[in-house]
Amino acid sequence: MATAADMTFFYRQAYSMQDGKIAQMLYQGGHRIKQIGKILHPGSCMPATSDALLLQAREVDYHLGEKKILDRVDLQVHAGEIVTIIGPNGAGKSTLIKVLLGIHRHPGGDIWLRPRIRLGYVPQHLPIDPVMPLTVARFMSLGPSRPDGNAVHAALELTGVQHLERAQVHRLSGGEFKRMVLARAILGQPDLLILDEPVQGVDYAGELNLYRLIGTLRDRFGWGVLLVSHDLHIVMSATDRVVCLNHHVCCTGKPEQVSNHPGFIELFGDQVVKSLALYQHHHQCDDPVGHVHGSMKPSAPSSPSS
Amino acid sequence: MSDILLLSWFAGVGMALVSGPLGCFVVWRRMAYFGDTMAHGALLGVAMGMMFHINLTLGVVLVSSLIALILLLLRRQHALGSDTLLGILSHSALSLGLVVLGFMSQIRIDLLGYLFGDILAVSPIDILGIYLGDALVLTILAKLWHPLLLMTVHEDIARAEGVAVDRIQLIFMLLIALVIAMTMKVVGVLLVTSMLIIPAATARNLAHSPEAMALLGSVNGMLAVSLGLAASYHWDTPAGPAIVVAAMTLFIISLPASQWTRWKQAPRSPKS
Repeated sequence: MATAADMTFFYRQAYSMQDGKIAQMLYQGGHRIKQIGKILHPGSCMPATSDALLLQAREVDYHLGEKKILDRVDLQVHAGEIVTIIGPNGAGKSTLIKVLLGIHRHPGGDIWLRPRIRLGYVPQHLPIDPVMPLTVARFMSLGPSRPDGNAVHAALELTGVQHLERAQVHRLSGGEFKRMVLARAILGQPDLLILDEPVQGVDYAGELNLYRLIGTLRDRFGWGVLLVSHDLHIVMSATDRVVCLNHHVCCTGKPEQVSNHPGFIELFGDQVVKSLALYQHHHQCDDPVGHVHGSMKPSAPSSPSS
Repeated sequence: MSDILLLSWFAGVGMALVSGPLGCFVVWRRMAYFGDTMAHGALLGVAMGMMFHINLTLGVVLVSSLIALILLLLRRQHALGSDTLLGILSHSALSLGLVVLGFMSQIRIDLLGYLFGDILAVSPIDILGIYLGDALVLTILAKLWHPLLLMTVHEDIARAEGVAVDRIQLIFMLLIALVIAMTMKVVGVLLVTSMLIIPAATARNLAHSPEAMALLGSVNGMLAVSLGLAASYHWDTPAGPAIVVAAMTLFIISLPASQWTRWKQAPRSPKS
């Protein structure tokens, strides 16, 4: 979640840029103040739908020691769009998120964020140590910005855990915990919600629920959502665009396009792709028995082409 | 006699004021052994201070901070585990301090006083120093409280929200060094960490919020100082260790209370 202190900077930066007739702001990995590198001229990199564009990464490289974690990654997220990054373990999904958020610094390439954008972030791991006494309400108000109680309550209500406001954080179940963290991320009314494996440690029903909730939030507020996940089944049914990452972007597009892409099949293997087809079949037919020995999914074009 | 006792009490309370909240962060960030290592370095700081004729408190702060810095650097680059590195630095610093002090045979120092504290020998000037240190540490801590708390809960979220994590971590270490220098007089380098940890741990058993825990940490520390000094006066025991024993007693008393809190906070079934 992007807080007031963080955002005031964005405000200032955006205004000063606009004075110079340059409406876009570029920052390079986290050094939002000092490291504003090249400034793109209006229109030079913007697609036609530029007012809806929230985030654009171009040829982003990131090294960890000798190892190249990210290799010329391109990524765009627009308002009202759910973009999911999928890829095997160690593909650099979380690293990409952290580079975009400025947690990992000094990447190569360009990262552009819409001026005055508000970000909400749910990290992959959030271990809460019982050694710190912390209620859900206090967790929500952690950090330099001080949200008022009503806002906290409203955010908890949106994610369905408002009854836990006074509970101690370390006593929550996995699902409740994730919902609380999500509530904190949406507390600042983010333009872009960045969620790193938001359903990890949640059971299957809870997983579906959380994705549904994220979809609802997007529909209701028009936020852009950038997700990281390795659960292909749910990704395929709850995403507008999939970015398949294995250090570089293997393929990108609508779920049904991507699942037929040779790069995708190579990355996840034939078996996975087939089981995915079963799953889609299951959902589209909504047939309780017919999918058990299901053949190919109906939506798949008979001749694979991309 | 009562004058000395009063002075000692003031010194101890001054120490407890800062060791409560700072000790909570030491406990939350799992830095107990880290603090111990810095405290052991304090003896080397005293020796260095005497050698180069600089203010001893300054010497302690400098050497403790230096050790903390070395530790952070080693931890980033070294294959050895943190605990091993801490062990190496901790015991080397203590031994180095003792060796350097041994070389200065012309100066008579009260080694036991440095190791276990000499609260009964505090001067009004010392007390002034402690309270000035209190004001400085508490002011900085109040300024850093919210970002420090957030980065203690989750460093990446703090970074994503624009908290200057590295800088705050450095300042926090300097604060610990300062508190060690202040606490050393009361309980000595070997027991300094106990006054950071035990009152905070006791507070954990009673508190429901980080702020309450910090406050209770201070209150526990003050209680321990008062009880310890009283015991020391009655039974003529060494004051520093008596204070630590008192703190430990309070911790033991707080254990059933934590059970009670736990029972009271047992998860209620959500109203639907």
